[in-house]
Amino acid sequence: MQRREMWLAYMMLAPTFAIILMIVAGPLLANFWISFKPVQLADLRPPAVLMNERMRGNPEAAGDAATLEYRMRNSSQDEEIRDVVVLDEIPEGFTVTELPEGCAVEGMQLTCSLGTVEPRWRDRLSIEGTVSAAYLEADRPERDSEPVVSGDANNILTNFDFTLENFQRIFDADEFWSVLRVTFYYTIFGTGGALVLGLFAAQLLNTSFKGRGFLRGLFLFPYVSPVIAVAFTWLVLFDPFSGTVNALLTKMGVVADPVNFFGQRAIEFSVFGMSFEFPLALTTVIAFEAWRYFPLSFLFILARMQSINSDMYEAAEMDGATPLQQFWYLSLPQLMGILSVLFLLRFIWTFNKFDDIFLLTGGNAGTRTLTVDVYEQGFALSNLGAGAAVAVVVFVVLVTFATLFIKFTPKEEGL
Amino acid sequence: MRPGSVLLAAITGFIWGAVTILVVGITLTLVTGEVTVPQATAAGIAGLVGALVYVWRQSASDNGGVPAWAMTAVAVFVVLLATTFAAPFGLPLGVVPVWQGLALAVVVASVTAAIHLSLNGARLGAMTRYEREVVYIRVAKGIGFIVFTIIVALPFYVMVMTSLKSQQELLANPLDLSIDFSQGISGLLRSYVELFTQFNFGRYLLVSTFVSVGTVVLTLLFSVPGAYAVSRLKFPGQAFLARSVLLIYMVPAIVLVIPLYAVFSQLGLRNSLTGLLIVYPATTIPVALYMLQGYFRGLPSELEEAGLMDGLSRLGVILKITLPLSLPALASVSLYVFMIAWNEFLFAFMFLDDPAIFTLSRGVVSLNSSEVPRQHLMAGAVIATVPVLFIFLWFERFLVQGLTAGSVKG
Repeated sequence: MQRREMWLAYMMLAPTFAIILMIVAGPLLANFWISFKPVQLADLRPPAVLMNERMRGNPEAAGDAATLEYRMRNSSQDEEIRDVVVLDEIPEGFTVTELPEGCAVEGMQLTCSLGTVEPRWRDRLSIEGTVSAAYLEADRPERDSEPVVSGDANNILTNFDFTLENFQRIFDADEFWSVLRVTFYYTIFGTGGALVLGLFAAQLLNTSFKGRGFLRGLFLFPYVSPVIAVAFTWLVLFDPFSGTVNALLTKMGVVADPVNFFGQRAIEFSVFGMSFEFPLALTTVIAFEAWRYFPLSFLFILARMQSINSDMYEAAEMDGATPLQQFWYLSLPQLMGILSVLFLLRFIWTFNKFDDIFLLTGGNAGTRTLTVDVYEQGFALSNLGAGAAVAVVVFVVLVTFATLFIKFTPKEEGL
Repeated sequence: MRPGSVLLAAITGFIWGAVTILVVGITLTLVTGEVTVPQATAAGIAGLVGALVYVWRQSASDNGGVPAWAMTAVAVFVVLLATTFAAPFGLPLGVVPVWQGLALAVVVASVTAAIHLSLNGARLGAMTRYEREVVYIRVAKGIGFIVFTIIVALPFYVMVMTSLKSQQELLANPLDLSIDFSQGISGLLRSYVELFTQFNFGRYLLVSTFVSVGTVVLTLLFSVPGAYAVSRLKFPGQAFLARSVLLIYMVPAIVLVIPLYAVFSQLGLRNSLTGLLIVYPATTIPVALYMLQGYFRGLPSELEEAGLMDGLSRLGVILKITLPLSLPALASVSLYVFMIAWNEFLFAFMFLDDPAIFTLSRGVVSLNSSEVPRQHLMAGAVIATVPVLFIFLWFERFLVQGLTAGSVKG
């Protein structure tokens, strides 16, 4: 019975395991593999023989000579292709008189073995023959069948060329350390901002009043809306030329010139003769992060607050504790568990976040985080290997955090 | 009279005066399109005087005559008009007089109400620490309500209003977010009509629905048996699995993107909905499994044992007993997964090149170019947001349960 139950359990879990191995665990390992390989985006298209078929000689009457010509080239600049074989159907009404070397006709089937072709190879195959009346009546019958080419080439993804160049490249780049710093600022302040806003919002809605359900729904809007919708709305709202916020600020005389919130790296200002730089775009992006994710912490904190026993507050009230004392000495300690769990979870998710910054600034103006750098290296600069190397850095940092967090997480919250 | 109490009342009044005129002034600007310059300092002084009047009347021993709030309202009104020379919004009275009058009434009423709500019970004489803190908290909460409502509602308001404008109107006055009803319904909705007729948004909507529903179905098919096994059956590694399944959720999508892109390109799955329908469930199954197993654990196992006794097979037990009992959990998991799939951006952006199979997220991104006017982009954002908000509001209870139970992905 026990064994049967065990097997049943494994059977029921098998599909889940399969898809997670395929789509999560597999790619995770593959990412390590790719990070050690010199792969460019263009290498994903495997080298192939490209070909073009046409009939030459312009036959006009039955019995005229014509040439069936295949023009071919190797698509790759630096990879050879082995065992190249061309397959095609001889068009209706075309009688072959002469075949080039390596080609054979069996019935209507043309087979040409070309062996190994060099990088940058170009050639033509010319098949001489005569046409019949049937050919002339049909409209270009050679187009009825597409020629098929097969051949083996080295697949850059599966061969055993390894290199450390990707890692060298990313660690040598000056911007890498600034990317790392921006990532930490973004993660820490984004997480903190979302938590503080969430805590505040939860305090507001912890008492019951008319319209509370409505406000709770409203406060969740930023979180449940699609990221593209809210990100583009913020872009429109803060646009330096036609945005509402800038129009308000300039028209009301708060600032002289429109502020490019998402495009300006830093504002300089001086206090007591010392000049400071305020990272404007990064701050705006962090504000977006806090705005979009405060609903989540709000929801959790509110749920926790409503489960706190109210007897405690009544007792405190009797003893003359003031509202702020009640918050500080009663509520906060009760919320510490959920706050720390939320901090850890949000910290990891903010660190992993890609969409928001990518849509808001594209990683420009001093807002490039590690995740955006993966895209930048892998797709914008077309260097998949380097992108994968950055992804490895992301993963290593993440595993470090996760281990630290699991060690220090309070167990009782059980998330 | 205690200076501390007077100061507290004065500061409270000042804050409310200034905050109210700013909020009402900006609202007036956005509703009428006229640029206002709210006189925050003057309104603050008006609020200050009003608050002092209110607290003075309240502390006065005789409670007859005019009520405190009425005197406050009069004080606020008189001081506000006197200090701003009858132009509290920096506009001459001739400009949009009805709106201005309305706004002025709203300011006076709101300041009075705010003073009443936050200084109720305050005195000019000595106040205890408890009484003072009550005032602080009332002020902080009031400002909190205003700030949160504005920061949450304003972007959505701008999104909807921008989508109803035309290019000229937007360029002429970016502050004018009023609706111009004179152009008729078809004029107002012209961006939406264009999106559906020229930009193929009807198709994107269908594709998004198909992908999201497909993801929900696949996720449930995979995670229900898995969750049942983890919660009800005994096997080695059970406890470990139940805990570690959420770790999968911590894996950043961006780390998976490059290998999946490479492999899917070579398999021909990249630019296809099949590819998305493989990737999306893989990212949602772990959390669905986690949420469901938590719920299954809470169901009384005696019912299932009774079913087994009566000769039902395991499958029969799951189909006839467990699933009908866990409909609420299934609903919240489904809605939650639907939301994730509907809102997903990264994989849709990386995988789809062919406009015929764009999801809404991908379609809206393609609108973000200099050739496409802003109101089209915002209309696209509205189209992408409305279904998911509608579902959210309709099934809020389930969804909130799902959000808290699953400790949602970010």
